[in-house]
Amino acid sequence: MAADLGFEATELRLGLPGGGGDGEARNNSSGKRCFAETIDLKLKLEPAAAAVEKEVVAAAEREVDIVAGEKEDAAAPLPAAGGMKRSPSQSSVVTAAPLPDPDKPRAPKAQVVGWPPVRSFRKNILAVQADKEKGGAGGSKDDGEKSSAAAAFVKVSMDGAPYLRKVDLKMYKSYHELSKALEKMFSSFTIVNGGMNEMKVADDVLNGSEYVPTYEDKDGDWMLVGDVPWEMFVESCKRLRIMKGSEAIGLAPRAMEKCKNRS
Amino acid sequence: MRDAEEGSESPPSQMSGDGPGGSGGESESDRWMPDLRGGNGGGGGGGRWAPPDQVLENVLESVLEFLTAARDRNAASLVCRSWYRAEAQTRRELFIGNCYAVSPRRAVERFGGVRDVVLKGKPRFADFSLVPYGWGAYVSPWVAALGPAYPRLERICLKRMTVSNDDLALIAKSFPLFKELSLVCCEGFSTHGLAAIAEWCRYLRVLDLIEDYIDEEDELVDWISKFPESNTSLESLVFDCVSVPFNFEALEALVARSPALRRLRVNHHVPVEQLRSLMAKAPQLTHLGTGAFRSEPGPGGVLSVSELATSFAASRLLCLSGFRDVNPEYLPAIHPVCVNLTSLNFSFASLTAEELIPVIRNCARLRTFWVLDTVGDEGLRAVAETCSDLRELRVFPLNATEDSEGSVSDVGLQAISEGCHKLELILYFCQRMTNAAVIAMSKNCPDLVTFRLCIMGRHRPDRITGEPMDDGFGAIVMNCKKLTRLSVSGLLTDKAFAYIGKYGKLIKTLSVAFAGNTDMSLQFVFEGCTRLQKLEVRDSPFSDKGLLSGLSYFYNMRFLWMNSCKLTMRGCRDVAQQMPDLVVEVMKDHPDDEGEMETVDKLYLYRSLAGPRNDAPPFVNIL
Repeated sequence: MAADLGFEATELRLGLPGGGGDGEARNNSSGKRCFAETIDLKLKLEPAAAAVEKEVVAAAEREVDIVAGEKEDAAAPLPAAGGMKRSPSQSSVVTAAPLPDPDKPRAPKAQVVGWPPVRSFRKNILAVQADKEKGGAGGSKDDGEKSSAAAAFVKVSMDGAPYLRKVDLKMYKSYHELSKALEKMFSSFTIVNGGMNEMKVADDVLNGSEYVPTYEDKDGDWMLVGDVPWEMFVESCKRLRIMKGSEAIGLAPRAMEKCKNRS
Repeated sequence: MRDAEEGSESPPSQMSGDGPGGSGGESESDRWMPDLRGGNGGGGGGGRWAPPDQVLENVLESVLEFLTAARDRNAASLVCRSWYRAEAQTRRELFIGNCYAVSPRRAVERFGGVRDVVLKGKPRFADFSLVPYGWGAYVSPWVAALGPAYPRLERICLKRMTVSNDDLALIAKSFPLFKELSLVCCEGFSTHGLAAIAEWCRYLRVLDLIEDYIDEEDELVDWISKFPESNTSLESLVFDCVSVPFNFEALEALVARSPALRRLRVNHHVPVEQLRSLMAKAPQLTHLGTGAFRSEPGPGGVLSVSELATSFAASRLLCLSGFRDVNPEYLPAIHPVCVNLTSLNFSFASLTAEELIPVIRNCARLRTFWVLDTVGDEGLRAVAETCSDLRELRVFPLNATEDSEGSVSDVGLQAISEGCHKLELILYFCQRMTNAAVIAMSKNCPDLVTFRLCIMGRHRPDRITGEPMDDGFGAIVMNCKKLTRLSVSGLLTDKAFAYIGKYGKLIKTLSVAFAGNTDMSLQFVFEGCTRLQKLEVRDSPFSDKGLLSGLSYFYNMRFLWMNSCKLTMRGCRDVAQQMPDLVVEVMKDHPDDEGEMETVDKLYLYRSLAGPRNDAPPFVNIL
């Protein structure tokens, strides 16, 4: 079984709303993305060849390992290492683009993890201050800076993972961004280390016990991610749990049904 | 000390009157081998007279007590076996720059009388979210070993380590004479741990919490109330990074019963009204972290600027920091102390040049200045005009993004170089820079020891000439003959690294980002920078070839970090195979195909006597 599956098949996919329903070609489909399709979600996966969006999430908190993936540039001077199927996994890729004239206003660039090298301790404090100032002055002079109130860190657990993670929900503007970040974060559990962990997680995904993102809201109820508008979600989310699909039956009955019909 | 060099082979001719022989016990052939069994073999234990070697050793120990620098001690320990032993018994400060370079057990076995331990954990790029959570650097095994071995331990300083509340409790209970705890950029603990320290370390003098991440998940504990109720020995209490609220009345009372308190840095929950009260209770303070520096009126109403100024006038402050939410109207209150200030940290206060200038104009004695780039080139010019004694300048960006406007530039750097000739350390974030300004600084500030320039936009060239920044950094390494730490940025070719290799002979720490063309850059650095200890590289086009060019130098370095370069598993495995005393850790951002050509996202390699660690998380692959 393992022989005819590329690694992509074992990657964690989260069915979160917010993706564009534009039928964009995806890297792979193991045919088990039933949950995603049920709620009309699409995960945007950059095919290796195309230079798609350069959306990169900058982690504000040192605990969070959100690696800025997918920055593609066909003209990049780096030869792709043989055998690489995904878009470059580097945090950021050196582009050969002509250097911008500093006097010309330029479109906001994709942010890169950990650059400029300012400690998150400092960034957080200044972000809070900027926020207060905005609230008072009624407008912000700074663009590119992520503008949100004090960070909203929530714990994220994934069934079967050896430890929890934390994310700052204010870092993202949509379910889609969150989905991608979580995907990267938890994909490390399929890293080959010869350990039992990895096989177990891979197995679960392969066997169709789909992963379902859920969250605990202010009232203590466990809800399915994606129902409410993003801002409302950020306000009310206290913690995230990525459940195994088999346990999520109560939350997404239609999803499981469709899943059964497909396989 | 020729006598000592002869070791136990021939009798010390001058040291003692005893005849030859003595404890030739341990064989002469292993004179150079450290003997961990310790002690003299000869004469049978407990002789009534001290055998000559024992006398020698006692004298040695008395003399070696005076050696404090680790480098000197390391050198002394290599002279011969008895020097090794004597040094091991008299070393008081144990400095371990990489907690994984040696096992706790081995460290405590060698050194018998340690009073002071410094431990560093994660690589520095962990500060920028490049090291995933859970990587390691746990202090637990160290505390477990240090406790029984050094009951008289007085000081622990940890940097970038993972410290739990249990660890803090164990520290508190293991060392009855404990005096100083300093945690820098650590994480994993909460107010529970702080309470244990406060409660159990009755002789605590220093509790410095600097840029730690305090876990806020746990319920808050009123740790300040846990300090001893009698007068304390506290000299320094720094907790501005503990961002949760605390019991202010307890702090006031604590300050009032801590007559030795010189340094106090509170968090941003303290408004000026409360600050004034603290200052009144501790007039002997020399270092003050001012909290929010804005008003939050209590029962007494709003504090006036002049009332606050009176408090400052009555103080003996030399170092000011905080200003975490500053209301610029209160700034004039610090004017009375400006003339005495040696250190001023405005790096959390987004001040304009107009707000800064009236203050800085009085600070003629300033030696250390941290500021935000909001003051602009104009503000920096004012600094240059007044602060001729400045040794350290750090200019941080308000907006740490690549495409922000950026308010300081080469103009500010040039001005600083023209006014502050004694500058030793500079950290400068900007968006626009020129080679000319950097060259000017290299000539005007020959005493520079640390030069860290961060041009935030990647690959930015000289803003006037459009050329790479090679010549600027080249001038720095050429002209600043004392330079030991360098961080480069902007558009850089191999030429810059050729300069660095050729002239940067004293460089110990080099940080490279988005720079260089080919592997020659790495080769220049490895071959040229003979004192290189720490090399951190990100997002630069260096491949296995460059990595392997450093093979014969890795044992001389503390570590090498490379992320997002062009390394592959094959190259890293090559290194691991050829260098048995290196630990080679590889981390990936995404799962990929197995195979020799597999790319490596993150490489962290370091010399180690301890071998591969057993606490590595699943995402770390140790080759």
